[in-house]
Amino acid sequence: MEQYRIKKEDGIEFGLYTLGDHLPNPHTGERISAQQRIQEIIELAKLAEQAGIHFFSVGESHQEYFTTQAHSVILAAIAQATERIKLSSASTIISTLDPVRVYEDFATLDLISNGRAEIIAGRASRVGLFDLLGYDLKDYEELYEEKFDLLLKINEKEIINWSGKFRASLKNAKIIPRPLNGSLPIWRAVGGHAASAIKAGIAGVPMQIAMLGGPAINFKYSVDAYRQTAQEHGHDPSTLPVAVAGFFYVAETTQQAQKEVYPHINLGMELINGHGYSKRGFAQGADNRDVLNVGSPQQIIEKILYQYELFGHQRYIAQMDFGGIPFDKLMKNIEFIGNDILPALKKYTAK
Amino acid sequence: MKIVGISGSIVGSKTRTAMNYVEKELLDKYSEVDWTLLDLADFDIQFSDGRNYLEYEGDTRLITKAIMEADAIVIGTPIFQASIPATLKNLFDLLPVNALRDKIVSMVITAGSSKHFLIAEQQLKPILSYMKAQIVQTYVFIEEMDFHRKEIVNDDISFRIARLVEDTVVLTESYAKIRTDKENEYDF
Repeated sequence: MEQYRIKKEDGIEFGLYTLGDHLPNPHTGERISAQQRIQEIIELAKLAEQAGIHFFSVGESHQEYFTTQAHSVILAAIAQATERIKLSSASTIISTLDPVRVYEDFATLDLISNGRAEIIAGRASRVGLFDLLGYDLKDYEELYEEKFDLLLKINEKEIINWSGKFRASLKNAKIIPRPLNGSLPIWRAVGGHAASAIKAGIAGVPMQIAMLGGPAINFKYSVDAYRQTAQEHGHDPSTLPVAVAGFFYVAETTQQAQKEVYPHINLGMELINGHGYSKRGFAQGADNRDVLNVGSPQQIIEKILYQYELFGHQRYIAQMDFGGIPFDKLMKNIEFIGNDILPALKKYTAK
Repeated sequence: MKIVGISGSIVGSKTRTAMNYVEKELLDKYSEVDWTLLDLADFDIQFSDGRNYLEYEGDTRLITKAIMEADAIVIGTPIFQASIPATLKNLFDLLPVNALRDKIVSMVITAGSSKHFLIAEQQLKPILSYMKAQIVQTYVFIEEMDFHRKEIVNDDISFRIARLVEDTVVLTESYAKIRTDKENEYDF
Protein backbone atom coordinates (compact mmCIF):
# COMPACT_ATOMS: atom_id res chain seq x y z
CA MET A 1 0.00 0.00 0.00
CA GLU A 2 2.92 2.34 0.71
CA GLN A 3 3.64 2.59 -3.02
CA TYR A 4 0.21 4.15 -3.34
CA ARG A 5 0.72 6.45 -0.35
CA ILE A 6 -1.88 4.64 1.72
CA LYS A 7 -1.20 3.70 5.30
CA LYS A 8 -3.26 0.85 6.70
CA GLU A 9 -2.92 2.13 10.26
CA ASP A 10 -4.81 5.31 9.32
CA GLY A 11 -7.94 3.33 8.45
CA ILE A 12 -10.25 4.07 5.57
CA GLU A 13 -9.62 7.30 3.66
CA PHE A 14 -12.48 9.63 2.85
CA GLY A 15 -12.39 11.62 -0.36
CA LEU A 16 -14.53 13.80 -2.57
CA TYR A 17 -14.85 13.78 -6.31
CA THR A 18 -16.44 16.28 -8.59
CA LEU A 19 -17.18 15.73 -12.24
CA GLY A 20 -17.32 19.49 -12.58
CA ASP A 21 -20.96 19.33 -13.54
CA HIS A 22 -22.51 22.65 -14.42
CA LEU A 23 -26.21 22.06 -14.06
CA PRO A 24 -29.10 24.36 -13.27
CA ASN A 25 -30.52 24.42 -9.78
CA PRO A 26 -33.82 22.49 -10.12
CA HIS A 27 -35.63 24.83 -7.72
CA THR A 28 -34.72 28.06 -9.47
CA GLY A 29 -33.83 26.85 -12.96
CA GLU A 30 -30.78 29.08 -12.74
CA ARG A 31 -27.23 28.15 -13.52
CA ILE A 32 -24.23 29.86 -12.00
CA SER A 33 -21.46 30.93 -14.39
CA ALA A 34 -18.71 28.51 -15.38
CA GLN A 35 -16.25 30.81 -13.68
CA GLN A 36 -18.15 30.70 -10.41
CA ARG A 37 -18.49 26.94 -10.62
CA ILE A 38 -14.74 26.48 -11.07
CA GLN A 39 -13.95 28.90 -8.25
CA GLU A 40 -16.36 26.99 -6.02
CA ILE A 41 -14.65 23.70 -6.83
CA ILE A 42 -11.32 25.18 -5.75
CA GLU A 43 -12.97 26.56 -2.62
CA LEU A 44 -14.56 23.17 -1.92
CA ALA A 45 -11.14 21.52 -2.01
CA LYS A 46 -9.78 24.06 0.48
CA LEU A 47 -12.69 23.48 2.84
CA ALA A 48 -12.29 19.72 2.43
CA GLU A 49 -8.68 19.96 3.52
CA GLN A 50 -9.59 22.07 6.52
CA ALA A 51 -12.15 19.46 7.56
CA GLY A 52 -9.54 16.71 7.44
CA ILE A 53 -10.82 15.03 4.28
CA HIS A 54 -7.99 12.98 2.80
CA PHE A 55 -8.51 13.19 -0.94
CA PHE A 56 -9.99 15.42 -3.62
CA SER A 57 -10.42 14.56 -7.28
CA VAL A 58 -11.69 16.28 -10.40
CA GLY A 59 -13.14 14.56 -13.44
CA GLU A 60 -12.73 15.32 -17.12
CA SER A 61 -15.84 15.57 -19.25
CA HIS A 62 -16.18 17.13 -22.67
CA GLN A 63 -19.85 17.79 -23.02
CA GLU A 64 -22.67 20.17 -22.28
CA TYR A 65 -23.30 20.77 -18.56
CA PHE A 66 -19.67 20.27 -17.46
CA THR A 67 -16.87 22.73 -16.67
CA THR A 68 -13.75 20.72 -15.87
CA GLN A 69 -12.58 19.70 -19.32
CA ALA A 70 -9.11 21.00 -18.39
CA HIS A 71 -9.15 19.13 -15.10
CA SER A 72 -5.37 19.15 -14.61
CA VAL A 73 -5.38 22.95 -14.74
CA ILE A 74 -7.99 23.10 -11.99
CA LEU A 75 -6.05 20.53 -9.97
CA ALA A 76 -2.96 22.74 -10.26
CA ALA A 77 -4.93 25.68 -8.84
CA ILE A 78 -6.13 23.45 -6.00
CA ALA A 79 -2.58 22.25 -5.39
CA GLN A 80 -1.51 25.84 -4.91
CA ALA A 81 -4.41 26.62 -2.59
CA THR A 82 -3.96 23.58 -0.32
CA GLU A 83 -1.17 21.87 1.62
CA ARG A 84 -2.08 18.37 2.71
CA ILE A 85 -5.02 16.92 0.83
CA LYS A 86 -4.21 14.31 -1.84
CA LEU A 87 -5.16 15.33 -5.36
CA SER A 88 -6.23 13.31 -8.33
CA SER A 89 -8.20 13.13 -11.53
CA ALA A 90 -11.47 11.16 -11.46
CA SER A 91 -11.02 10.31 -14.06
CA THR A 92 -8.55 11.29 -16.74
CA ILE A 93 -9.80 9.95 -20.05
CA ILE A 94 -6.56 8.40 -21.14
CA SER A 95 -8.09 6.95 -24.34
CA THR A 96 -8.18 10.33 -26.07
CA LEU A 97 -5.13 11.94 -24.50
CA ASP A 98 -1.43 11.44 -25.02
CA PRO A 99 -0.05 9.51 -22.03
CA VAL A 100 3.22 11.42 -22.29
CA ARG A 101 1.43 14.74 -21.90
CA VAL A 102 -0.76 13.37 -19.12
CA TYR A 103 2.30 12.17 -17.29
CA GLU A 104 4.06 15.49 -17.75
CA ASP A 105 0.99 17.30 -16.38
CA PHE A 106 0.53 15.08 -13.35
CA ALA A 107 4.22 14.78 -12.51
CA THR A 108 4.27 18.58 -12.56
CA LEU A 109 1.16 18.62 -10.37
CA ASP A 110 3.00 16.31 -8.00
CA LEU A 111 5.90 18.74 -7.78
CA ILE A 112 3.62 21.75 -7.29
CA SER A 113 1.73 19.90 -4.55
CA ASN A 114 4.79 18.44 -2.83
CA GLY A 115 3.99 14.84 -3.65
CA ARG A 116 0.20 14.75 -3.44
CA ALA A 117 -0.81 13.92 -7.03
CA GLU A 118 -2.41 10.75 -8.34
CA ILE A 119 -4.02 9.71 -11.62
CA ILE A 120 -7.22 7.78 -11.98
CA ALA A 121 -7.44 6.83 -15.64
CA GLY A 122 -10.69 5.87 -17.31
CA ARG A 123 -11.99 5.18 -20.76
CA ALA A 124 -14.94 7.53 -21.04
CA SER A 125 -18.54 6.80 -20.24
CA ARG A 126 -19.43 9.42 -22.86
CA VAL A 127 -17.96 9.27 -26.29
CA GLY A 128 -18.56 12.77 -27.65
CA LEU A 129 -14.93 13.54 -26.93
CA PHE A 130 -13.86 10.96 -29.53
CA ASP A 131 -15.30 13.18 -32.25
CA LEU A 132 -14.06 16.35 -30.56
CA LEU A 133 -10.48 15.17 -30.23
CA GLY A 134 -10.29 13.26 -33.49
CA TYR A 135 -10.51 9.61 -32.51
CA ASP A 136 -12.52 6.76 -33.93
CA LEU A 137 -15.05 5.18 -31.63
CA LYS A 138 -14.26 1.82 -33.21
CA ASP A 139 -10.95 1.91 -31.35
CA TYR A 140 -12.64 2.51 -27.97
CA GLU A 141 -11.32 -0.59 -26.25
CA GLU A 142 -7.90 -0.72 -27.83
CA LEU A 143 -7.18 2.99 -27.39
CA TYR A 144 -7.73 2.68 -23.69
CA GLU A 145 -5.72 -0.46 -23.14
CA GLU A 146 -2.75 0.72 -25.20
CA LYS A 147 -2.60 4.18 -23.68
CA PHE A 148 -3.18 3.03 -20.13
CA ASP A 149 -0.39 0.53 -20.56
CA LEU A 150 1.95 3.23 -21.88
CA LEU A 151 1.06 5.48 -18.95
CA LEU A 152 2.05 2.71 -16.53
CA LYS A 153 5.32 2.14 -18.37
CA ILE A 154 6.22 5.84 -18.25
CA ASN A 155 5.56 5.71 -14.52
CA GLU A 156 7.99 2.83 -14.12
CA LYS A 157 10.91 4.26 -16.07
CA GLU A 158 12.24 7.67 -16.89
CA ILE A 159 13.69 6.57 -20.22
CA ILE A 160 11.37 4.59 -22.38
CA ASN A 161 11.32 2.64 -25.63
CA TRP A 162 7.85 1.98 -26.86
CA SER A 163 5.83 1.52 -30.00
CA GLY A 164 2.11 1.13 -30.47
CA LYS A 165 -0.74 1.78 -32.81
CA PHE A 166 -2.16 5.10 -31.67
CA ARG A 167 0.88 7.20 -30.98
CA ALA A 168 4.31 7.88 -32.45
CA SER A 169 6.99 5.50 -31.19
CA LEU A 170 9.23 6.52 -28.34
CA LYS A 171 12.95 5.85 -28.74
CA ASN A 172 15.06 6.38 -25.64
CA ALA A 173 12.56 9.08 -24.78
CA LYS A 174 13.16 10.78 -21.47
CA ILE A 175 9.83 11.61 -19.85
CA ILE A 176 10.29 14.43 -17.41
CA PRO A 177 9.71 15.90 -14.94
CA ARG A 178 9.64 12.93 -12.58
CA PRO A 179 7.26 13.02 -9.61
CA LEU A 180 8.65 13.91 -6.19
CA ASN A 181 9.17 10.34 -5.06
CA GLY A 182 9.89 8.74 -8.40
CA SER A 183 6.42 7.51 -9.33
CA LEU A 184 2.74 8.40 -9.13
CA PRO A 185 -0.13 6.29 -7.85
CA ILE A 186 -2.02 5.37 -11.03
CA TRP A 187 -5.47 3.86 -10.61
CA ARG A 188 -7.78 2.25 -13.09
CA ALA A 189 -11.32 3.62 -13.14
CA VAL A 190 -13.77 0.73 -13.21
CA GLY A 191 -17.45 0.76 -14.09
CA GLY A 192 -20.10 -1.56 -12.74
CA HIS A 193 -19.12 -4.58 -14.80
CA ALA A 194 -16.83 -7.22 -13.33
CA ALA A 195 -14.91 -7.56 -16.62
CA SER A 196 -13.53 -4.09 -16.04
CA ALA A 197 -12.40 -4.97 -12.51
CA ILE A 198 -10.75 -8.13 -13.81
CA LYS A 199 -8.66 -6.06 -16.22
CA ALA A 200 -7.43 -3.91 -13.33
CA GLY A 201 -6.49 -7.15 -11.55
CA ILE A 202 -4.56 -8.42 -14.56
CA ALA A 203 -2.59 -5.16 -14.71
CA GLY A 204 -1.99 -5.23 -10.97
CA VAL A 205 -3.02 -1.62 -10.48
CA PRO A 206 -5.27 -0.04 -7.84
CA MET A 207 -8.94 0.06 -8.76
CA GLN A 208 -11.56 2.72 -8.22
CA ILE A 209 -15.06 1.41 -8.75
CA ALA A 210 -18.10 3.61 -9.35
CA MET A 211 -21.26 2.57 -7.52
CA LEU A 212 -24.17 4.78 -8.49
CA GLY A 213 -27.04 2.71 -7.15
CA GLY A 214 -28.26 -0.67 -5.99
CA PRO A 215 -27.25 -3.06 -3.24
CA ALA A 216 -23.61 -2.91 -2.18
CA ILE A 217 -23.41 -6.69 -2.38
CA ASN A 218 -23.75 -6.43 -6.17
CA PHE A 219 -20.30 -4.83 -6.30
CA LYS A 220 -18.64 -7.40 -4.07
CA TYR A 221 -18.26 -9.77 -6.97
CA SER A 222 -16.19 -7.18 -8.86
CA VAL A 223 -13.99 -6.43 -5.87
CA ASP A 224 -13.40 -10.12 -5.17
CA ALA A 225 -12.76 -10.86 -8.85
CA TYR A 226 -10.28 -8.00 -8.96
CA ARG A 227 -8.23 -9.31 -6.06
CA GLN A 228 -8.40 -12.92 -7.23
CA THR A 229 -7.29 -11.99 -10.76
CA ALA A 230 -4.47 -9.87 -9.38
CA GLN A 231 -3.26 -12.86 -7.39
CA GLU A 232 -3.52 -15.16 -10.39
CA HIS A 233 -1.36 -12.76 -12.37
CA GLY A 234 1.42 -12.61 -9.83
CA HIS A 235 0.43 -9.45 -7.98
CA ASP A 236 -0.06 -9.27 -4.24
CA PRO A 237 -3.62 -8.07 -3.59
CA SER A 238 -2.70 -6.92 -0.10
CA THR A 239 -0.56 -4.20 -1.69
CA LEU A 240 -3.30 -3.01 -4.05
CA PRO A 241 -5.76 -0.44 -2.73
CA VAL A 242 -9.42 -0.36 -3.72
CA ALA A 243 -11.55 2.78 -3.75
CA VAL A 244 -15.32 2.96 -4.11
CA ALA A 245 -17.17 6.00 -5.37
CA GLY A 246 -20.79 7.09 -5.31
CA PHE A 247 -23.45 9.68 -4.61
CA PHE A 248 -23.32 11.29 -1.21
CA TYR A 249 -25.38 13.79 0.70
CA VAL A 250 -25.70 14.33 4.42
CA ALA A 251 -28.15 16.38 6.50
CA GLU A 252 -29.49 16.36 10.06
CA THR A 253 -31.87 13.52 9.32
CA THR A 254 -32.12 10.99 6.52
CA GLN A 255 -35.51 12.36 5.55
CA GLN A 256 -34.12 15.86 5.23
CA ALA A 257 -31.11 14.66 3.23
CA GLN A 258 -33.42 12.86 0.81
CA LYS A 259 -35.66 15.87 0.43
CA GLU A 260 -32.77 18.24 -0.19
CA VAL A 261 -30.81 16.21 -2.69
CA TYR A 262 -33.39 14.25 -4.67
CA PRO A 263 -34.42 17.09 -7.01
CA HIS A 264 -30.75 17.71 -7.84
CA ILE A 265 -29.84 14.09 -8.57
CA ASN A 266 -33.07 13.56 -10.50
CA LEU A 267 -32.69 16.59 -12.75
CA GLY A 268 -28.98 15.94 -13.21
CA MET A 269 -29.62 12.38 -14.36
CA GLU A 270 -32.41 13.54 -16.61
CA LEU A 271 -30.31 16.19 -18.33
CA ILE A 272 -27.22 14.04 -18.68
CA ASN A 273 -28.65 10.55 -19.22
CA GLY A 274 -32.12 11.36 -20.49
CA HIS A 275 -33.73 9.50 -17.58
CA GLY A 276 -34.40 10.80 -14.08
CA TYR A 277 -33.55 8.87 -10.91
CA SER A 278 -36.60 6.82 -9.97
CA LYS A 279 -38.13 7.76 -6.65
CA ARG A 280 -38.54 4.12 -5.78
CA GLY A 281 -34.83 3.43 -6.36
CA PHE A 282 -33.94 6.54 -4.42
CA ALA A 283 -36.20 5.55 -1.51
CA GLN A 284 -34.62 2.11 -1.44
CA GLY A 285 -31.28 3.87 -1.18
CA ALA A 286 -32.09 4.71 2.44
CA ASP A 287 -31.50 1.07 3.36
CA ASN A 288 -28.07 0.51 4.89
CA ARG A 289 -27.37 -2.25 2.40
CA ASP A 290 -27.75 0.12 -0.56
CA VAL A 291 -24.75 2.06 -1.92
CA LEU A 292 -26.52 5.41 -2.07
CA ASN A 293 -24.91 7.43 0.71
CA VAL A 294 -27.73 9.85 1.35
CA GLY A 295 -28.74 10.24 4.98
CA SER A 296 -28.00 11.44 8.46
CA PRO A 297 -24.37 11.40 9.64
CA GLN A 298 -25.07 8.28 11.68
CA GLN A 299 -26.62 6.48 8.75
CA ILE A 300 -23.74 7.43 6.46
CA ILE A 301 -21.26 6.12 9.02
CA GLU A 302 -23.14 2.84 9.25
CA LYS A 303 -23.33 2.53 5.48
CA ILE A 304 -19.65 3.18 4.92
CA LEU A 305 -18.73 0.72 7.66
CA TYR A 306 -21.07 -1.87 6.21
CA GLN A 307 -19.34 -1.45 2.83
CA TYR A 308 -15.97 -1.58 4.56
CA GLU A 309 -16.92 -4.95 6.05
CA LEU A 310 -17.95 -6.17 2.61
CA PHE A 311 -15.12 -4.86 0.48
CA GLY A 312 -12.23 -4.14 2.85
CA HIS A 313 -11.49 -1.13 0.70
CA GLN A 314 -9.01 1.62 1.48
CA ARG A 315 -10.84 4.70 0.28
CA TYR A 316 -14.38 5.94 -0.12
CA ILE A 317 -14.96 8.89 -2.39
CA ALA A 318 -18.15 10.87 -2.44
CA GLN A 319 -19.86 12.85 -5.17
CA MET A 320 -21.96 15.40 -3.34
CA ASP A 321 -22.03 18.35 -5.75
CA PHE A 322 -24.05 16.81 -8.57
CA GLY A 323 -27.01 18.70 -9.97
CA GLY A 324 -26.52 22.37 -9.16
CA ILE A 325 -26.40 22.01 -5.38
CA PRO A 326 -25.86 25.46 -3.86
CA PHE A 327 -22.49 26.04 -2.28
CA ASP A 328 -23.81 26.72 1.22
CA LYS A 329 -25.27 23.20 1.23
CA LEU A 330 -21.91 21.75 0.19
CA MET A 331 -20.22 23.63 3.02
CA LYS A 332 -22.73 22.17 5.44
CA ASN A 333 -21.96 18.68 4.09
CA ILE A 334 -18.26 19.21 4.69
CA GLU A 335 -18.99 20.31 8.22
CA PHE A 336 -20.89 17.08 8.88
CA ILE A 337 -18.08 15.04 7.36
CA GLY A 338 -15.40 16.75 9.43
CA ASN A 339 -17.28 16.84 12.72
CA ASP A 340 -19.17 13.57 12.71
CA ILE A 341 -18.24 11.17 9.94
CA LEU A 342 -14.44 11.27 9.84
CA PRO A 343 -13.89 10.79 13.59
CA ALA A 344 -16.25 7.80 13.61
CA LEU A 345 -14.63 6.19 10.57
CA LYS A 346 -11.21 6.65 12.09
CA LYS A 347 -12.32 5.17 15.37
CA TYR A 348 -13.63 2.02 13.72
CA THR A 349 -11.13 1.45 10.93
CA ALA A 350 -7.73 2.78 12.06
CA LYS A 351 -5.51 -0.02 13.28
CA MET B 1 -50.04 12.58 -23.41
CA LYS B 2 -47.42 12.08 -26.09
CA ILE B 3 -47.83 9.13 -28.42
CA VAL B 4 -45.29 8.31 -31.09
CA GLY B 5 -46.14 6.05 -34.00
CA ILE B 6 -43.36 4.27 -35.82
CA SER B 7 -43.58 2.90 -39.29
CA GLY B 8 -40.66 0.53 -38.95
CA SER B 9 -39.45 -0.09 -42.46
CA ILE B 10 -37.90 1.90 -45.28
CA VAL B 11 -39.48 -0.21 -48.02
CA GLY B 12 -43.05 -1.11 -48.91
CA SER B 13 -46.28 0.71 -48.16
CA LYS B 14 -48.49 -1.60 -46.10
CA THR B 15 -47.11 -0.74 -42.69
CA ARG B 16 -47.36 2.96 -43.46
CA THR B 17 -50.91 2.47 -44.71
CA ALA B 18 -51.86 0.70 -41.49
CA MET B 19 -50.22 3.45 -39.45
CA ASN B 20 -52.22 6.06 -41.35
CA TYR B 21 -55.34 4.29 -40.10
CA VAL B 22 -53.97 4.32 -36.57
CA GLU B 23 -53.29 8.03 -36.95
CA LYS B 24 -56.76 8.81 -38.23
CA GLU B 25 -58.44 6.81 -35.48
CA LEU B 26 -56.36 8.50 -32.83
CA LEU B 27 -56.82 12.04 -34.10
CA ASP B 28 -60.57 11.54 -34.62
CA LYS B 29 -61.25 10.21 -31.15
CA TYR B 30 -58.50 11.65 -28.96
CA SER B 31 -57.80 15.18 -30.13
CA GLU B 32 -56.01 15.92 -26.85
CA VAL B 33 -53.25 13.45 -27.68
CA ASP B 34 -49.95 14.87 -28.94
CA TRP B 35 -49.34 12.46 -31.83
CA THR B 36 -46.24 12.12 -34.02
CA LEU B 37 -45.89 9.57 -36.77
CA LEU B 38 -42.29 8.69 -37.59
CA ASP B 39 -41.96 6.83 -40.87
CA LEU B 40 -38.42 5.49 -40.89
CA ALA B 41 -38.42 5.84 -44.69
CA ASP B 42 -38.39 9.62 -44.22
CA PHE B 43 -35.23 9.69 -42.10
CA ASP B 44 -31.56 8.99 -42.43
CA ILE B 45 -30.73 6.99 -39.32
CA GLN B 46 -27.26 5.72 -38.57
CA PHE B 47 -26.48 2.29 -37.18
CA SER B 48 -26.05 2.10 -33.45
CA ASP B 49 -22.42 2.33 -32.35
CA GLY B 50 -23.09 1.99 -28.65
CA ARG B 51 -23.00 5.63 -27.58
CA ASN B 52 -25.60 7.27 -25.37
CA TYR B 53 -28.60 8.28 -27.45
CA LEU B 54 -28.14 11.95 -26.56
CA GLU B 55 -24.79 11.91 -28.33
CA TYR B 56 -26.16 11.17 -31.78
CA GLU B 57 -26.87 13.95 -34.17
CA GLY B 58 -29.29 14.70 -37.01
CA ASP B 59 -32.19 12.34 -37.68
CA THR B 60 -30.82 9.69 -35.34
CA ARG B 61 -31.01 12.04 -32.39
CA LEU B 62 -34.37 13.42 -33.48
CA ILE B 63 -35.94 9.95 -33.63
CA THR B 64 -34.39 8.57 -30.46
CA LYS B 65 -35.32 11.69 -28.50
CA ALA B 66 -38.89 11.56 -29.76
CA ILE B 67 -39.20 7.96 -28.59
CA MET B 68 -37.60 8.66 -25.23
CA GLU B 69 -39.96 11.57 -24.60
CA ALA B 70 -43.11 9.66 -25.53
CA ASP B 71 -45.60 8.27 -23.03
CA ALA B 72 -46.73 5.62 -25.47
CA ILE B 73 -45.46 4.15 -28.72
CA VAL B 74 -47.39 2.40 -31.46
CA ILE B 75 -44.94 0.26 -33.38
CA GLY B 76 -45.88 -0.64 -36.91
CA THR B 77 -43.69 -3.24 -38.55
CA PRO B 78 -43.70 -5.53 -41.54
CA ILE B 79 -42.27 -9.02 -41.29
CA PHE B 80 -39.30 -9.67 -43.56
CA GLN B 81 -37.57 -13.06 -43.79
CA ALA B 82 -39.46 -14.31 -40.74
CA SER B 83 -38.16 -11.37 -38.73
CA ILE B 84 -38.70 -7.76 -37.81
CA PRO B 85 -36.78 -5.49 -40.23
CA ALA B 86 -33.25 -4.45 -39.37
CA THR B 87 -34.31 -0.80 -39.51
CA LEU B 88 -36.62 -1.36 -36.57
CA LYS B 89 -34.13 -3.48 -34.64
CA ASN B 90 -31.56 -0.71 -35.08
CA LEU B 91 -33.95 1.69 -33.40
CA PHE B 92 -33.97 -0.49 -30.29
CA ASP B 93 -30.18 -0.78 -30.40
CA LEU B 94 -29.85 3.00 -30.41
CA LEU B 95 -31.73 3.31 -27.12
CA PRO B 96 -30.64 2.61 -23.53
CA VAL B 97 -31.54 -0.78 -22.00
CA ASN B 98 -34.42 0.51 -19.93
CA ALA B 99 -35.60 3.01 -22.52
CA LEU B 100 -39.19 1.79 -22.55
CA ARG B 101 -39.73 1.76 -18.80
CA ASP B 102 -42.99 3.56 -17.94
CA LYS B 103 -44.07 3.55 -21.58
CA ILE B 104 -47.03 1.77 -23.12
CA VAL B 105 -46.17 0.02 -26.36
CA SER B 106 -48.65 -1.44 -28.82
CA MET B 107 -48.02 -3.21 -32.11
CA VAL B 108 -49.40 -3.30 -35.61
CA ILE B 109 -47.90 -6.08 -37.73
CA THR B 110 -48.18 -6.42 -41.49
CA ALA B 111 -47.13 -9.62 -43.23
CA GLY B 112 -47.42 -11.46 -46.49
CA SER B 113 -49.25 -14.36 -44.94
CA SER B 114 -50.58 -15.77 -41.70
CA LYS B 115 -47.46 -17.94 -41.39
CA HIS B 116 -45.74 -15.00 -39.69
CA PHE B 117 -48.20 -14.38 -36.92
CA LEU B 118 -45.84 -15.60 -34.19
CA ILE B 119 -42.98 -13.27 -35.12
CA ALA B 120 -44.41 -10.52 -32.94
CA GLU B 121 -44.64 -12.95 -30.03
CA GLN B 122 -41.23 -14.45 -30.48
CA GLN B 123 -39.15 -11.49 -31.60
CA LEU B 124 -40.77 -8.18 -30.87
CA LYS B 125 -42.30 -8.91 -27.47
CA PRO B 126 -39.06 -10.22 -25.90
CA ILE B 127 -37.24 -7.05 -26.96
CA LEU B 128 -40.03 -4.85 -25.59
CA SER B 129 -40.12 -6.79 -22.34
CA TYR B 130 -36.36 -6.56 -21.96
CA MET B 131 -36.56 -2.82 -22.44
CA LYS B 132 -39.27 -2.71 -19.74
CA ALA B 133 -42.23 -1.67 -21.89
CA GLN B 134 -45.81 -2.12 -20.71
CA ILE B 135 -47.08 -4.05 -23.70
CA VAL B 136 -50.66 -3.87 -24.96
CA GLN B 137 -51.16 -7.61 -25.15
CA THR B 138 -53.44 -7.78 -28.14
CA TYR B 139 -51.81 -6.62 -31.34
CA VAL B 140 -53.21 -6.11 -34.81
CA PHE B 141 -51.96 -8.56 -37.40
CA ILE B 142 -52.72 -7.60 -41.01
CA GLU B 143 -52.18 -9.82 -44.01
CA GLU B 144 -51.58 -9.03 -47.66
CA MET B 145 -55.17 -9.88 -48.54
CA ASP B 146 -56.51 -7.27 -46.12
CA PHE B 147 -55.07 -4.49 -48.30
CA HIS B 148 -56.17 -3.23 -51.68
CA ARG B 149 -54.47 -0.24 -53.34
CA LYS B 150 -53.19 1.25 -50.09
CA GLU B 151 -56.44 0.81 -48.26
CA ILE B 152 -57.56 -1.66 -45.63
CA VAL B 153 -60.50 -3.57 -47.01
CA ASN B 154 -61.21 -5.92 -44.12
CA ASP B 155 -63.58 -4.38 -41.58
CA ASP B 156 -62.33 -6.70 -38.89
CA ILE B 157 -58.91 -5.04 -39.18
CA SER B 158 -60.43 -1.56 -38.91
CA PHE B 159 -62.29 -2.58 -35.74
CA ARG B 160 -59.16 -4.10 -34.30
CA ILE B 161 -57.16 -0.92 -34.99
CA ALA B 162 -59.85 1.10 -33.23
CA ARG B 163 -59.61 -1.18 -30.19
CA LEU B 164 -55.80 -1.06 -30.24
CA VAL B 165 -55.86 2.74 -30.23
CA GLU B 166 -58.38 2.79 -27.40
CA ASP B 167 -56.36 0.28 -25.35
CA THR B 168 -53.19 2.28 -25.91
CA VAL B 169 -54.75 5.52 -24.70
CA VAL B 170 -56.60 3.96 -21.76
CA LEU B 171 -53.56 2.05 -20.54
CA THR B 172 -51.33 5.10 -20.89
CA GLU B 173 -53.74 7.15 -18.78
CA SER B 174 -54.12 4.38 -16.22
CA TYR B 175 -50.41 3.71 -15.79
CA ALA B 176 -49.68 7.43 -15.55
CA LYS B 177 -52.19 7.66 -12.73
CA ILE B 178 -50.80 4.63 -10.95
CA ARG B 179 -47.28 6.04 -11.25
CA THR B 180 -48.28 9.48 -10.00
CA ASP B 181 -50.09 7.99 -7.01
CA LYS B 182 -47.06 5.87 -6.19
CA GLU B 183 -44.63 8.78 -6.60
CA ASN B 184 -46.78 10.92 -4.33
CA GLU B 185 -46.29 8.42 -1.52
CA TYR B 186 -42.67 9.52 -1.23
CA ASP B 187 -42.02 12.63 0.79
CA PHE B 188 -39.03 13.91 -1.19
